[in-house]
Amino acid sequence: MQKSIINIQNLCFTYRVSLILDTINLNIYDKDFLAIIGPNGGGKSTLLKLIIGFLKPNKGKIEISKNQQLAYVPQNININIGFPITALEVVLMGLVHNKQFFSYTKAQKELALEALTKVDMHDFFNKKIEDFSGGQRQRIFIARALISKPSILLLDEPTASIDKIGQKKIYELLKILNKEMTIIVISHDLSVTLEYANRAAYLNQSLIMHENIKAYETKEDHFCEIELLNTLSEVVSEHKCPSC
Amino acid sequence: MLDDLMQFSFLQHAFLSAILVSIAVGIIGSLIVVNRMVFLAGGIAHSAFGGIGIALFFNLPLLATTSVFSIFIAIILTYLILYQKQKVDSYIGVIWAGGMALGLILGDLSPGYHIDMMSYLFGSILSVSTEDLYFMFILDIFIIGIVMIFYPIFLSLSYDLSFAKLRGIRVGLYYLILMILTALTIIVAIRAVGLILVMALLTIPTYMGEALSRSLSKMMIISSLLALLFSFIGLVVSYYFDISSGASIIAVSVISFILFHIAQRIKL
Repeated sequence: MQKSIINIQNLCFTYRVSLILDTINLNIYDKDFLAIIGPNGGGKSTLLKLIIGFLKPNKGKIEISKNQQLAYVPQNININIGFPITALEVVLMGLVHNKQFFSYTKAQKELALEALTKVDMHDFFNKKIEDFSGGQRQRIFIARALISKPSILLLDEPTASIDKIGQKKIYELLKILNKEMTIIVISHDLSVTLEYANRAAYLNQSLIMHENIKAYETKEDHFCEIELLNTLSEVVSEHKCPSC
Repeated sequence: MLDDLMQFSFLQHAFLSAILVSIAVGIIGSLIVVNRMVFLAGGIAHSAFGGIGIALFFNLPLLATTSVFSIFIAIILTYLILYQKQKVDSYIGVIWAGGMALGLILGDLSPGYHIDMMSYLFGSILSVSTEDLYFMFILDIFIIGIVMIFYPIFLSLSYDLSFAKLRGIRVGLYYLILMILTALTIIVAIRAVGLILVMALLTIPTYMGEALSRSLSKMMIISSLLALLFSFIGLVVSYYFDISSGASIIAVSVISFILFHIAQRIKL
């Protein structure tokens, strides 16, 4: 039996008066490639923010094994687009802390270049961030997460507002990274996500786990969204929340 | 003009103070612009007038009193942007106008020359004293020192605030430092261009600097150099046409801004 590195038990989260997450139970295992899918407002980003500790749960707990290093790639990579900052400086931000005075050390800069190499963006380290395409910018943000040498990488919609080719490249990159680390990714693009993920969680206030998503693939080795959605909606209507 | 420059210390003071002001507005203006805090800076600048009124009314040292008053305003504004974000615009409006009214009322009630008040609104670079220069110099050193020490932190929280928070950066503390530095920069600029016109020097050179730079530090340097260029040209223009130096400096900046904008459009 595989050992879980993130163990979520009876997690509930309420924002003001509305219940966002209802009694979530989830185990995440080492080297998982977990896709979190579901409708807008279903609580996907909230769950990720709870895992990274940016939000605190109202009920339940999230246990993360020792020695696990988390890194997070936020949803909006187009913030401050005209900002005078180079790719290298964005990546170095992944190391910033309250005692990072004057500038970054040579060793830190080498780590940043190494992270940029991993995402195949090494040659453009000195370019201004606004001069990149959406897909390239996303890879730079992934490098910012990689610089802290994480064992778990969490990404919030990494392919939103990126063209099809760019999306494919991002997922190919995540597939390679998955050999070294656990990947948790939120996505809307069902077919692409599920082609690469080994497990999927459908989240709409409550969570439904799909352990063997390869079963949803049709005979032609092609992933069928319609079949999945049908299956999911059946599961959802049968699903009974223990707290209901 | 060169003869006069050699002869009259007030002209030398004017050019020296232009250098000191340019350094401060280039560095802090860059941080204000990339953090989209121009309106906040406007609030601090205009409310500083209240500090001038207090200094005149109680006969206190002017720059020191105004510094303390502006730092106090900066602390209140930091609290408001951190904890009352929804309504911060309205509060800034209140502080902006309230500070000016306080300054005017205290100015009216003060004995002596009321004309002084106008010179703080629009600057009087030709009446900068040696003590003023020392004071501005010390503030400049302080501003440069603080920004150099915290540069990586300022860069990260300016570019991506929520990620900086995620990295555990004490965002509130650094916003406070930035607000206080803004207040001090405005004090540096009071003599030269005045409280109202300082807004132009905080935003125009930095607008051009942002477009011309790949990094924040380069933006600061380019903005300072542009501010210096505008100030020098403005001073020369004001000398030959016998017009207000502060307004002349800003007019040069605004014309440069328009030309820069047109040049950018043509290129696109």
